[in-house]
Amino acid sequence: MKILIVDDFSTMRRIIKNLLRDLGFSNTEEADDGNTALPMLKSGQYDFLVTDWNMPGMSGFDLLKAVRADENLKNLPVLMVTAEAKRDQIVAAAQAGVNGYVVKPFTAAVLKEKIEKIFERIQ
Amino acid sequence: MSDSKHTQRGLDPEVTEKLQQQTSQLVESVNSGDFARAMTVINELSEVRDQSLYQEVGRLTRSLHEAIRNFQIDPRNAEQKEALSKMSDASDRLAYVVQMTGQAANRTMDLVEESMPVAHAIRDEALSLRDEWQRLRRREIEPAEFRELYARIDTFFGSLGKDSDDLYKNLSEILLAQDFQDLTGQVIQKVTALVKEVEENLLGLVVMASHVDQLTGTVHQIEEKEESADKGVGPQIKAAERDDVVSGQDGVDDLLSSLGF
Repeated sequence: MKILIVDDFSTMRRIIKNLLRDLGFSNTEEADDGNTALPMLKSGQYDFLVTDWNMPGMSGFDLLKAVRADENLKNLPVLMVTAEAKRDQIVAAAQAGVNGYVVKPFTAAVLKEKIEKIFERIQ
Repeated sequence: MSDSKHTQRGLDPEVTEKLQQQTSQLVESVNSGDFARAMTVINELSEVRDQSLYQEVGRLTRSLHEAIRNFQIDPRNAEQKEALSKMSDASDRLAYVVQMTGQAANRTMDLVEESMPVAHAIRDEALSLRDEWQRLRRREIEPAEFRELYARIDTFFGSLGKDSDDLYKNLSEILLAQDFQDLTGQVIQKVTALVKEVEENLLGLVVMASHVDQLTGTVHQIEEKEESADKGVGPQIKAAERDDVVSGQDGVDDLLSSLGF
């Protein structure tokens, strides 16, 4: 299971990386915005994408739309972990095809629950 | 803003009086067919308007000057030159906050990542020893195995003391790494005070400008710029008081399940 973590703050990437490792996912890589993440996703055989929304360059929302529009990536499970909490945004993310939405600040339990739910649905 | 008192009032009373007087003169002249007189009155009216406009522009200039002085960005004075721009200082201060919080977060995570394997190793060895201990209690252990277990328990007790010391040391360093809150808190409070001051001064300027607009009859068409939610708007403050924002993960889950997700 190879996971890409996208967030512009290295501390948040590190927190998510640690939590994922505790959940048994130690094969993770990092990117700091959508522009860096997209080429990695296209060439890297990732199984799961965890992304922030608000980032300089390409936002996580645009990254989500780009992933869904790409023939090879359109089925990639995407979990959004973000401080964006407007109802309109959550609805927009759902309509764009997000698989899970975790609002910051979050707990390890919430992250675990959402990831497990996503994998349950896939299997 | 010391000037806001007189910038907020309407036209000068004498100007208002003069305008009223001239307007009735104009009406009288038109009604009585004295158009030459009417034209003169119109000219006089226009002069009053111009004069009060000049006065207002003068007042605006003075207030602007004072507002700039309040911002302390007047570079003529050596002392002020030194504190030339509180604004760029504020950016430096905020950059310092980002740096301090980043350092503290990384320091904390370093220590946590250092401690986790120690805790895991203690747990693993304790579980393994417990199994062996239970075998011993059930008398399932050979003398050679017992000697090995005896040595392991000895080592475990020895390392347990050192490992707990390490964990304790890391925990207290994590505690110390939180000292950024005090420093960044002070910096943020200073910047907040500056922002409030700037806001007050800007408000004074807006009031002055609107007064000039009122005199000149200028109407601005300002398009409402809506923040694009696509790019992301960042954390929501006072989420509990707003209807368009969820107040936590439960809110997100409820919203998504109401949509059938």
